[in-house]
Amino acid sequence: MTDLAQAPIDGGDGTPVPVPLTTRKDWSSDQEVRWCPGCGDYSILAAVQMLMPELGVSRERTVFLSGIGCAARFPYYMNTYGLHSIHGRAPAIATGLATTRPDLDVWVVTGDGDSLSIGGNHLIHALRRNVNITILLFNNQIYGLTKGQYSPTSEVAKVTKSTPFGSLEQPFNPLSLALGAEAGFVARTHDMDRKHMMETFRRAHQHRGASFVEIYQNCNVFNDGAFEAITGKEHRSDMLIPLVHGEPIRFGAEGEHGVVMRSDGSLDVVDVAEVGEAALLVHDEHRDNPGLAFQLSRLSRGPYEPTPVGIFRDVDRPEYGAEMARQVERVIERKGPGDLGALLRSGSSWTVE
Amino acid sequence: MSDTTRSEHPTQLIDRVVIRFAGDSGDGMQLAGDRFTTSSALLGNDLATFPDFPAEIRAPAGTLAGVSAFQVHISDHDISTPGDAPNVLVAMNPAALKANVGILQPGATIIVNVDAFEERNLHKAGYEADPLADGSLSAFTVYEVPMTSITTEVSKDAGVKPRDAERSKNFFALGLISWLYTRPLEATAAWIEERYAGKTLVMEANLRALKAGFHFGETAELFESSYEVRPAELAPGEYVNITGNTATAWGLIAASTRSSLPLFLGTYPITPASDILHELSKHKEFGVRTFQAEDEIAGIGAALGASFGGALGVTTTSGPGVDLKSEMIGLAINLELPLLIIDVQRGGPSTGLPTKTEQADLLHAMYGRHGEAPLPIVAARTPSHCFEATLEAVRLAVKYRTPVILLSDGYLANGTEPWRLPDVADLPVIDPGFATGPNHVDADGHDEFWPYLRDEDTLARPWAPPGLAGLEHRIGGLEKQDGTGNVNYDGANHEHMTRLRAAKIAGIADDIPPTDVDDAAGDAEILVIGWGSTYGAIAAGVQRTRARGHKVAQAHLMHLNPFPADLGDVLARYRKVLVPEVNLGQLSRLLRAEYLVDVVSFTQVKGIPFRAASMEAAILELLNADGVGPVPGDPLVGAPTPDQPANGKVSH
Repeated sequence: MTDLAQAPIDGGDGTPVPVPLTTRKDWSSDQEVRWCPGCGDYSILAAVQMLMPELGVSRERTVFLSGIGCAARFPYYMNTYGLHSIHGRAPAIATGLATTRPDLDVWVVTGDGDSLSIGGNHLIHALRRNVNITILLFNNQIYGLTKGQYSPTSEVAKVTKSTPFGSLEQPFNPLSLALGAEAGFVARTHDMDRKHMMETFRRAHQHRGASFVEIYQNCNVFNDGAFEAITGKEHRSDMLIPLVHGEPIRFGAEGEHGVVMRSDGSLDVVDVAEVGEAALLVHDEHRDNPGLAFQLSRLSRGPYEPTPVGIFRDVDRPEYGAEMARQVERVIERKGPGDLGALLRSGSSWTVE
Repeated sequence: MSDTTRSEHPTQLIDRVVIRFAGDSGDGMQLAGDRFTTSSALLGNDLATFPDFPAEIRAPAGTLAGVSAFQVHISDHDISTPGDAPNVLVAMNPAALKANVGILQPGATIIVNVDAFEERNLHKAGYEADPLADGSLSAFTVYEVPMTSITTEVSKDAGVKPRDAERSKNFFALGLISWLYTRPLEATAAWIEERYAGKTLVMEANLRALKAGFHFGETAELFESSYEVRPAELAPGEYVNITGNTATAWGLIAASTRSSLPLFLGTYPITPASDILHELSKHKEFGVRTFQAEDEIAGIGAALGASFGGALGVTTTSGPGVDLKSEMIGLAINLELPLLIIDVQRGGPSTGLPTKTEQADLLHAMYGRHGEAPLPIVAARTPSHCFEATLEAVRLAVKYRTPVILLSDGYLANGTEPWRLPDVADLPVIDPGFATGPNHVDADGHDEFWPYLRDEDTLARPWAPPGLAGLEHRIGGLEKQDGTGNVNYDGANHEHMTRLRAAKIAGIADDIPPTDVDDAAGDAEILVIGWGSTYGAIAAGVQRTRARGHKVAQAHLMHLNPFPADLGDVLARYRKVLVPEVNLGQLSRLLRAEYLVDVVSFTQVKGIPFRAASMEAAILELLNADGVGPVPGDPLVGAPTPDQPANGKVSH
């Protein structure tokens, strides 16, 4: 069998060579970026392009896949292999690619309409199977490419072109959904903090299996300021709750606020001075049970209350492509490599002289 | 098995027989038919089979809705259909009799399980009086055999509960028919021993029932004689009896082996395509990866993703599944990546007839996408031909970097025929021809890679899976600039690309064999042309009319898009062209549109294949209408009047 994973990256003798040092420029394609001026997508693109040289990976083994939507143009701007596919289906396409090419880094760039509406089914199943892909979900709580209809993450009563009297729908909580779908890696970041994005993406890339990152992304044309109340520079310290593994969960300019678990098991935001530092909940990314991560994902009812950001969950589970490869290997070990002539004669055959 | 050797019972030689096993869905009739078929294949008969079962897994026992049947035609000469009317009907209960008696010709033999003919079952089948007693079966030879009670009796001392023992009655029926048609039991006995190795009681009950059926035939003195169908004169070689779905699965493995492309099947279970998934999932020793997706769209999406990565991406589906795949097929056309879509057609629209055959997806395969979105279409004609058709579909997909639709159908999928095994070394080699380096130099003299720079001959673009430095490129569903592949919305470029994509597919006509016409003397005036699983019935119908002295040519299309380059000339050679199809005239429409030939359409959509007799009648009717009239000595007996076709509808 042709094994593209073994394709020469070194001149052909099979021994891997160190990946050459690259810069952001090497990871930028020659295509003109065409998002609206001021769009949050620019800062996400910059964060990814700046991160790539630090990951020690090669461009030829990196693939960006997308569906449809503003975010879905992302692959055109990366100087890697890329596929801009159809609405909502990128996780499905990525599943076929990642399970046949375990040597590749496969990134899926999607939006709240793309993967929570039309592609919801593929998203949850890719997470459940734990396909080795990194999913970046740009959540701007609006349909941008179709010019401003409400999305599955828009707040109730949202007035848009398609809901002039307000939307009637309860939004999805993307992180709760991902955790419910058995995702092993779940994180949230936002487009106003490049450093936080880069660190979150780095960890998502490191995780073997499906990684899910929600990025609060501002659509300055159709939903401007949706996250301003929590991501604005002057609000961040009081409104963003950084999750740090092994540390008590606290926030505020002086760390004066924190998160505790009440006796009924619910989580609450408190003043540290009132409860004492020892009462604060200590964050544990690697907790096998997703229950606490789920509660954290619902601590804030929307981007107007203190909202946790960072890595909610990072747990190793069997990775689908590797398991599939292992099964193939085990069968070959047991039965020997396939012999076409023998297969054709494997039924009851007879000979006519 | 020395206890089943034959006594001095008289045996008559016959050239062929059609047997239909019918019973409740839970009675194991498919299994009995399948085992009888295998024994006959091992004896060297030519054969064709037709499993006919309901969509419900277990409809209420004893009802007409729950009747499952398996028809097998065995012969000492070359045959092409599972037979029109059964010579022998095995009916395990009144419902099975009622559902099938209508297709019998007078003089046929009916063997009933008389134990099941009690009032409750008669009532459930809708019989007001016992058909075994009221004389309504007087045109047939009826044998009443107490299958349930003998089956239960013989297992009494084996410790099998009567309720369980009764379940072996299909093996009793198989044993009896095996005696009647002089099939040895060894192969089936060995199969039972292997199949039920862990369940000693079940194995014992089945073995005892099988032998009891055989002994019953031998000793009951009900039957005047048994019959023998000698081996057919098949071409020398090694044979297996194979279903279309298995042949398709093996064709995929062969294509993977002969192209060195790892095989990836992305699919979602659907009747009657699922057996391709089942078969492939057994053969991971070939590096096959099978992916049971969350839905039809994910199945084809994952297959396309695998193709992008340099694998042989395949999806299989039926009925409504093919509708769901349309958008992804359009993407594959735009991406110009190899992809195989296997559509095992079934009755539609919507859920339609899940277990019944139809050929009504041809126009969907041709046109079922938005925009100008042509792709090659290949159709298999017999169960074993699915192997060759699959290889051909993969060859076109890989060579022309395009999705290809392979059309099979429910009749081919589950039907069987003997297949002379090919020599693996003779199978075509498929060259993936991956891009190996840059293919263009930019204005500054730097090497670069243009993903849409085409091969001048085939118009195919390079296939450059991720992994090679310098070939990084981005593709997508948006219109692309010719050559560079960059997104491009310019109208003139779009027209150019649209015509290029069409020309690429049309050009395949020069890369496929000319129309396969059976008209040895070249003097026929009528051509019967078909595609897909009508092949056997058309061949039988044409042979029958030739036997009457008529000059009739037959052609059968494997390539439906593009058509063979000479097809227009072929059609023009005949005064009349008859196009039989199991749809309402889809190929007819294409032929008329493409060649301005006023073909005569002959169609039926009953969920079953054409019968040879109705094919013969349609040809005779056309000859009649054409004023050819009877040839000397042929009174055109049996030819229907134009307004009363025997089966199917002729529309001029």
